[in-house]
Amino acid sequence: MSLNIRTYRDLTEPDRSGLVDQIVAQRRRVADRLATVGRVVAVLSGKGGVGKSFVTAGLARALARSGRAAGVLDADFNGPTAPQLLHLPVASCTSHGDVIEPLVSAEGVRCFSMAFLVEDGRPLAFRGPETESFVWRGALEAAALREFLADVAWGALDELLVDLPPGVQRFQELTELLPAPPTVLAVTIPTVESRDAVRRALRAAMDQKATLLGVVENMVGGPFAGSAADELAAEFAVPVLARIPWHPTPDTWAALAGRLG
Amino acid sequence: MKFLCVECDRQMQFEERQLPGDGTLAAAFRCPTCGRVVALLTNPMETQLVASLGVKIGGSTITPQPLETVRGMVTTGRADAFTDDGKRETGNVPAWSPEAQERLARVPNFVRGMVKRIYLDYARDRGIAEITPAVMDTARTELGLEGM
Repeated sequence: MSLNIRTYRDLTEPDRSGLVDQIVAQRRRVADRLATVGRVVAVLSGKGGVGKSFVTAGLARALARSGRAAGVLDADFNGPTAPQLLHLPVASCTSHGDVIEPLVSAEGVRCFSMAFLVEDGRPLAFRGPETESFVWRGALEAAALREFLADVAWGALDELLVDLPPGVQRFQELTELLPAPPTVLAVTIPTVESRDAVRRALRAAMDQKATLLGVVENMVGGPFAGSAADELAAEFAVPVLARIPWHPTPDTWAALAGRLG
Repeated sequence: MKFLCVECDRQMQFEERQLPGDGTLAAAFRCPTCGRVVALLTNPMETQLVASLGVKIGGSTITPQPLETVRGMVTTGRADAFTDDGKRETGNVPAWSPEAQERLARVPNFVRGMVKRIYLDYARDRGIAEITPAVMDTARTELGLEGM
């Protein structure tokens, strides 16, 4: 005998668990926290070693020096470097009620990073079943990103730069958590290999309806040959916002900050 | 995740949650019509997956703490990552029994401040004057504080 069983969406009575409501509340908390942030800029490359964190920090410092309120969310949880690049000493974080205060650099950049939370020299490790940890680890890192967005007192910012790790997974998590897709700043080095990796990442960003700000070419004038930035800019119809030499000066970063729009 | 009493064709309601402490979870649901109770039993992997989403089966009756998932799950946290909550206590602040203080002192420093805040909020909301190990056990079960 076949049972006539109502399906999930047929059951609409309120339930104390309210798992969907809990998820909705999490998203609302992110939106509320970022209501005072003018723009979220995802610093993306899809490629490791091109200098995303270096560019993020240089840009944030220049923005702050020019009088704009800037923040850096270090989303590279397994290799956080933003505090060092912003010349921020690791210090205790203070919680006030339902928020954690970010640390603020001497130039005024507000920053939050896993480096503030994890012991020096230790990997980011989570409590949980040791086997098959790949099943839940990604979800926990996404939860950490959500909490960094929602629980840090970012305050009124013109730009919140999100320093992403290599690949596009964290970018996709970011896009799902935000009330609207972020704007994207792509970082590449001049090589063909970097161009190809960044192209994939930018395609992923476009698939998520993100707005592309432009391309920054890093490590220009050194041993890396190629024209990745020009080719990506032409392909995606965006400007090359800066070509960062091996030894950039404050003027280099100020020019980039000025072109950010 | 919902449960249906097929015989009564009624959505079952969450009743209570139990955390045996081995990573598994038991959640009981009752049919509002016939009173039948069924238990959802999750293995450590399933428990972890739910926890990773930052949600609690059965919900929570107190306000989430900032960075609650990170602070509750990271095992390599800095002992000095957080200073004590800057929020000033007002009104009747529950006391801690010596046994409860001793137990709290065994919680890793990385998460201790948050755990203390959760137990204080729990006790205050219920008009409990003194936090004892028994109160902590009850709160842990009611609030789903695995590992705290």
